[in-house]
Amino acid sequence: MTNLTDLTVAEIRDGFRAGDFTAREVAEGFNANVAAAKALNAFIVKTPEHALAAADAADAARTSGDLKPLSGVPIGMKDLFCTNGVQTTAASHILEGFVPTYESTVSGKLWDAGAGMLGKLNLDQFAMGSSNETSYFGNVISPWKRNDGGNAALAPGGSSGGSASAISARLCPAATGTDTGGSIRQPAAFVGISGIKPTYGRCSRWGVVAFASSLDQAGPMARTVRDNAIMLEAMAGFDPKDSTSLDLPVPAWEQSLSSDLKGKRIGIPKEYRVDSMPAEIDALWEKGIAFLNDAGAEIVEVSLPHTRYALPAYYIIAPAEASSNLARYDGVRFGQRELPDGAGLQDMYAATRAAGFGPEVKRRVMIGTYVLSAGYYDAYYTQAQKVRTLISRDFDRAWESCDLLLAPTAPSAAFALGEKQADPLAMYLNDVFTVPASLAGLPAMSVPGGLDAQGLPLGLQIIGKALDEQGVLNAALAIEERAGFTARPEKWW
Amino acid sequence: MSIDLQTVKKIASLSRISVTEDEAQAMVPELNNILGFVEQLGEVDVTGVEPMTAVIPNTLRLRDDVVTDGNVREKVLANAPQAEQGFFAVPKVIE
Repeated sequence: MTNLTDLTVAEIRDGFRAGDFTAREVAEGFNANVAAAKALNAFIVKTPEHALAAADAADAARTSGDLKPLSGVPIGMKDLFCTNGVQTTAASHILEGFVPTYESTVSGKLWDAGAGMLGKLNLDQFAMGSSNETSYFGNVISPWKRNDGGNAALAPGGSSGGSASAISARLCPAATGTDTGGSIRQPAAFVGISGIKPTYGRCSRWGVVAFASSLDQAGPMARTVRDNAIMLEAMAGFDPKDSTSLDLPVPAWEQSLSSDLKGKRIGIPKEYRVDSMPAEIDALWEKGIAFLNDAGAEIVEVSLPHTRYALPAYYIIAPAEASSNLARYDGVRFGQRELPDGAGLQDMYAATRAAGFGPEVKRRVMIGTYVLSAGYYDAYYTQAQKVRTLISRDFDRAWESCDLLLAPTAPSAAFALGEKQADPLAMYLNDVFTVPASLAGLPAMSVPGGLDAQGLPLGLQIIGKALDEQGVLNAALAIEERAGFTARPEKWW
Repeated sequence: MSIDLQTVKKIASLSRISVTEDEAQAMVPELNNILGFVEQLGEVDVTGVEPMTAVIPNTLRLRDDVVTDGNVREKVLANAPQAEQGFFAVPKVIE
C-alpha cells in the first residue's frame, strides 16, 4: 500500500474522493510523522485533534457528497496566522501564551475549504530572518544533510523555515508561508520544494501578525506546482477587513495550468549576475534557461538597473514598518508583561519589550525607529521609498520586452546553522534575488532546479507581472517537468 | 553618519526597549554596519521621483461608519496580562 504521507495535495484530494483511503487514515499518518519528528523542531504547537476532526468531517462529507476543495487534506499553518483558540506566537516570547479569539482570513478560508490543521509551524521571530535561528522556540533544522560525510545541521531558510522543513520531511503535504522579502521562496529553495508569493493584495493580511505591511504577503508552500495552485486558490480572495486587499475574482489557477510556453518571452535580468555568484548557481540558471527554451519560450536579456539598491531600500522600509507595527506589543492588551518593582507605565513598556523581543527583532525595531526619527526621515525613509518607485519602474520597463523573468532564488544552497549568525549583514545578503519582486509587489515563485555538488537543493525563481500568477505557475510547471526533481532528504530524525 | 553610544541609548528609549550598558555598546557597531550598508541609497538620483506609497494600484475603500461587531468585551480582554472590572489594568500613571 502507498505511504499516504508521500502523496501530494492533489493525490490526497483525488485518492480520497475515489475512495482509495479515508481522510482519517491520511490525518493519522501525518500526525504520526509530526509526533516522530521532534528533532526538526518544525512545530511550535501540534494540533492532531484539529486534523482528525477535519478528517472525520471530510469522511462524513464523502458519503453525503458535500465535498470541499481541500476535503481530506491536512496542512501545516505558519505560526504567524492567528488561529481561533490555538496559541499564536510569531515565534516570539512576547506573544507566548497568546490565544486568539478570532481566525485570520487566510487560515479561515483554508478550514472552510475543508483542510485540517496539523499544527502551528515554527518560523523566524516575527518573520525576521533568513535561517530560522531567531525563533524563541529554538532553531528549525532542515531535514537535508550535506553528502560530504559531515553531519552539520543545516538551516531550512527563513522565515517560513518550519513550513519548509515540515513539507520536505513529509510532516505535511502543504503549508502556509508568508513572504516579506523572500520568506516563502528562499526556504522553499533550501529544502527542494515549491512556494509562491502572489501579487501583493491577493491574500488578505487580516489576522496575520504584521511585520512590514506594504510587503507582507501570504502564500502556499508544497512539493509541486499543482499543489501550490490548489492551495493558493483556497487562500486568495477579496477581504473587506484588509484595506489593501484586491477586489478581484480568484482565477482557476489549477485548471488553467499549462507548461506550453510558446509565444512567451522570458527575460534574464543581467544585473542579477553578481560577481561573487558561485559557479553552481550560474550553471543552475543556465539549466533553467534551457528548460524554458525547451518549453517553447523565447529568451531575452533585460535590464533592471536599480537592482543593487533593492536590498538597502528593503532594509530601511521593512524595519521602518516593523518598528511601527511592533509598537502594539507593550504588555497592556495581550502577551507577556514585565513589571519591575515600582515601575511606571513607561518602565513597563521598556522592560516588557526588552524581555519579549529577541536580538534580531530589537535590532530591526531600533533601525526602523532611527530611520523614521526626526532629522533622518527624509534622508533614509523618503529616499528609500523613492528608490522603491525606481525599482518598480525597472520592472515595468522590463515587461515591455518580456512576459516573465527567470533568476536564481538564492545566491547559495542552504548554509549550516550558526554559519552566518554572527554577521547580520551577511545574513541579509541572502535575500538579494528575492527582495526586488517583494518591493514591487509582484508574484514570484521558487521551484527546485537541481542539486549542488554537496547534494543540496537549489531553487529557480520565476517573477511575473502583477496579477499574472498563472504565467508564473505555468513557467514553474515547465521547469518542474523538465528538472525531474525527485531528490528527498534521507530520514535521520 | 556614525552612531555613538548616546545615540543607541536614545533610539532604544524611543523604541521603548530597555538596554543595559553592555547591550548598548554591542549595538553600536551592529547598527553602524547596517546603516553604512543602507547609506549607498544616497547615490541614487531621485530627482522628480515620487516616493512609493502603494505598491499595487488600489483604491482605498471606505465603509459605512457603523459598528461591525461589538459586545465582545470578554473576547477583547481574554488575553490581557491584567484585566479588572472589564478594563485593561496598567501601573499607576499619575501620582
